[in-house]
Amino acid sequence: MKNWRPFTQPPLDPLLTREKDNTAESELFFRRALVVVFAVFLSFLAVAGRLVYLQVLNHDRFTTLSDSNRVRLQPLPPTRGFIFDRNGVLLADNLASYHLEITREQVKNLDATLAELRERIALTDADIERFRKLARRSPPYAGIPLRFQLTDEEIARLAIDLYRLPGVDIKADLTRRYPLGPRAVHAIGYVGRIDEGELSKLDPGQYSGSTHIGKTGAERSYEAVLHGRTGYQQVETNADGRPLRVLNRTPPTPGQHIYLSIDIRLQAVAEKLLEGYNGAIVALDPRNGEVLALASQPIYDPNLFVNGIDFASYRALNTSKDRPLLNRALRGIYPPGSTIKPLMALAGLDYGVVNRYSGVFCPGFYRLPGVGRKFRDWKRSGHGSVDMDRAIAQSCDVYFYNLALNLGIDRIHEFLGRFSMGRLTGIDLPGEKGALLPSQEWKRKIHKQPWFAGDSLSAGIGQGYFLATPLQLAHAVAIISQQGNSFAPRVLYATEDPGTRTKTLEAPRPLPPVTVKNPRYWDAVIAGMIHVVEGGTAHKIGAGAKYRIAGKTGTAQVFTLGQNQRYSAKNLAKHLLDHALFIAFAPVEEPRIAVAVIAEHGGGGSATAAPLVRKVMDAWLLDKYDDSITAGIPPAQDAPPHGIE
Amino acid sequence: MESNDTGKFFNLIYLDLSLLLALLAVSGLGLVVLYSAGQGALDLVIGQAMRLGLGFTIMLVLAQAPPRYFRFWSPWIYLGGILLLLAVMVVGDISKGARRWLDLGVVRFQPSEIMKVAVPMAMAWFFGDKPLPPRWWHLLSGALITVVPFILIARQPDLGTALVVGCAGASVLFLAGLSWFLMIGLVGALGAAIPLFWTFVMHDYQRQRVLTFLDPESDPLGAGYHIIQSKIAIGSGGIYGKGWLNGTQSHLDFLPEGSTDFIFAAFSEEFGLVGGCLLLALYFFIVTRCLYLATRAPDTYTRLLAGSLTLIFFLYAFVNSGMVSGLLPVVGLPLPLFSYGGTSLVTIMAGFGILMSIHSHRRTPTR
Repeated sequence: MKNWRPFTQPPLDPLLTREKDNTAESELFFRRALVVVFAVFLSFLAVAGRLVYLQVLNHDRFTTLSDSNRVRLQPLPPTRGFIFDRNGVLLADNLASYHLEITREQVKNLDATLAELRERIALTDADIERFRKLARRSPPYAGIPLRFQLTDEEIARLAIDLYRLPGVDIKADLTRRYPLGPRAVHAIGYVGRIDEGELSKLDPGQYSGSTHIGKTGAERSYEAVLHGRTGYQQVETNADGRPLRVLNRTPPTPGQHIYLSIDIRLQAVAEKLLEGYNGAIVALDPRNGEVLALASQPIYDPNLFVNGIDFASYRALNTSKDRPLLNRALRGIYPPGSTIKPLMALAGLDYGVVNRYSGVFCPGFYRLPGVGRKFRDWKRSGHGSVDMDRAIAQSCDVYFYNLALNLGIDRIHEFLGRFSMGRLTGIDLPGEKGALLPSQEWKRKIHKQPWFAGDSLSAGIGQGYFLATPLQLAHAVAIISQQGNSFAPRVLYATEDPGTRTKTLEAPRPLPPVTVKNPRYWDAVIAGMIHVVEGGTAHKIGAGAKYRIAGKTGTAQVFTLGQNQRYSAKNLAKHLLDHALFIAFAPVEEPRIAVAVIAEHGGGGSATAAPLVRKVMDAWLLDKYDDSITAGIPPAQDAPPHGIE
Repeated sequence: MESNDTGKFFNLIYLDLSLLLALLAVSGLGLVVLYSAGQGALDLVIGQAMRLGLGFTIMLVLAQAPPRYFRFWSPWIYLGGILLLLAVMVVGDISKGARRWLDLGVVRFQPSEIMKVAVPMAMAWFFGDKPLPPRWWHLLSGALITVVPFILIARQPDLGTALVVGCAGASVLFLAGLSWFLMIGLVGALGAAIPLFWTFVMHDYQRQRVLTFLDPESDPLGAGYHIIQSKIAIGSGGIYGKGWLNGTQSHLDFLPEGSTDFIFAAFSEEFGLVGGCLLLALYFFIVTRCLYLATRAPDTYTRLLAGSLTLIFFLYAFVNSGMVSGLLPVVGLPLPLFSYGGTSLVTIMAGFGILMSIHSHRRTPTR
């Protein structure tokens, strides 16, 4: 810096030197310049200090902020597990389906595009309305579905012109399909779109990528098994939220396949048998609680519900007086009628109120001591002198009036409660009803009335306040067949990992056994039930059976007759006809099936319900299936396909 | 340096070699950063390179002119600028709510840009032949030279440019030797006036506006968004940066104005504290080199002009880097030689041209 001579006098204009002292001004400028350099240095130092503060002291915090800016978690929904019957017949799977999607930012004129699409495929105003509603809430780069379930023809028609319609895409996704349609719908249930109420209760981590959820039946109760675990990928996005690349990926775990304990052939038999009635058939394996058939008529097609049922169909289903949506097996509550008589007899024995040989004379009616009212037997002429065996076989009402009166409602309530009467059986399907096993306390609370002796009489023959579901009756008869051993009814037979194909059988779920003071009491009651079929009220179904059946008929009054009226099926409207019931198990020696049938307004239990049970048992025990019934059922799949990803 | 052949050559074309090298270094670095901040858009880089080429050409041309020409033209350029500003008030084009542009049919330009050079020229011209330190009546009339364009520009409104013009004028006053007492008095009076103004004159909504202006983070989605994202970009860069082309804030569009006003944040994200300090050091070198050249100027006019032009350059660099790092409120000043965009680049390079001329013609009198 040998030239550093700020104060040397440069050549000057002589005019200026008179007023101005250039040397002094130069010195002044130099001093000021030094101040400026110092100030500039401090300013830049302040900025550098700020950089240290941001980049060194707060580096971690800003790194986190920068990452959370750009990295988004994207859910990868798992594939839902399939549903099979116990033999591996496919009941529910996922089908690739196609929907039409519009990405708005690629569309120049949305209205024109929509109009063009309308010329090619059917688009309802509701479709467009829903599209616009979704579009308002979604970013412009997101594809928004316009029409679901495109047919092959529609796809073909669109495919030709797709290149002219930027932003319009045909997208594939998986839709739940129930290949057998309405078959076993009340056990399988269906999936539907997640609604807002469900959304608030679901784990957002697991369901953020899912659109459907089990709504009823096994689809709902085994939702957690079928759904699988949602996977995630970290994607880098830009400021608009558009995903740019995948940083890392945790693949989803597909849902497990489930095997229902139901044999779809038996189910088909049961549903066919009930055709023409509203009612239910529940068949259990009494040795482990497996539900072999769970029929409830009428049935409906679950495929309607998967992508949102249309209004007209829903209205039709919902307003039909046959109430097809009602699962009568679990939720239909009926007076059980005489089907509870075996339980009553067992209660009498256990409490020592009667022994199996105690006799009662039946004149065809029963008059409460001190009260004028007559309680009729179903047989006007009376059964004469009856013991327990005959009372069950002939379904003598008078015997059980007398027994009920002697037991009293409290003991009836206690003992029948052990058979899950008035309680939930604990079946693994949603919505089961406990129905009603009346008690003094219940009547006081609900009806604000004391319990009358006459109430006990009605309860003793399964009438009056007493209500039960078909499932409860099947469960009770299963317990009888096992002489007290009890298992919670269940539809889940096995689960299967779709990847490794390892099948895990579901263990029985034992309930506390029903114990009586003397195990021989069971034999007495079962003997009576055998005599129902062999010479008793249901003797017709015993004829020609290759195995022995123990059962009990029931005919439940829907309509209360006046004191001196006679029941006449001919003169009553159909909706006032008695419900026909039958419960049974077989073979007697080694029970493998327990069945309960209710045919609403079917008339008599012996005439209508009992033959249905015989046919169910024939199918199951003799493996006898009518080809016309099982025609639509595909063969069992030995190796169900993997879930499609 | 000036004794060898290279020095002789640069003397011949009236350029200061070390200043030229520093300017080229900053510009070159700017192009590298712009390539990344503009997300690989080559036309952006080429456009900026052409603008830089134009800027350096203007510098070279102006460097050839002896300072006496500048001195002669100073009052006329200034008066012309004032007339153009008045013309803008009447017939100017409105863009983004401000009337700043003058459309001459062929070119469309902002006359306020001229004033960034014209005001220092006029101020230096005015004080150049007054005895220094200035007398108070000289101060008053000299201040008027700054205040008139300041008000005209502030009314457009263009507070950023008004600030530059005001500071340019103030820097001449300071370098001319405005007495410390007067300065402290002025600053003190101003400081005392603010609370009074705040309490008695301003409305609530105006106070709120000022508060948001001072603390943009109280409005994270509106005014604060820029500065928050800018701080995230700088802070996440760390000591060594994320590496060239690896800035996520700028490449994923989180950083607004990443290639223009906020390019310093994009640069700091990719080059870290090391890069940031290197750039600040380059700016510091340019400013000190220019001030050194100013002290060597032959007379008061050239000294004041050179010093003032230097301080304008410093003001750009400091206000921009301070704003982007959240040290200063958001004022729309670009980072000189770095930010994408042309208008202010031309003015800045014209300033350097004048500086080069003053330095290399220092043995020729200005009058």
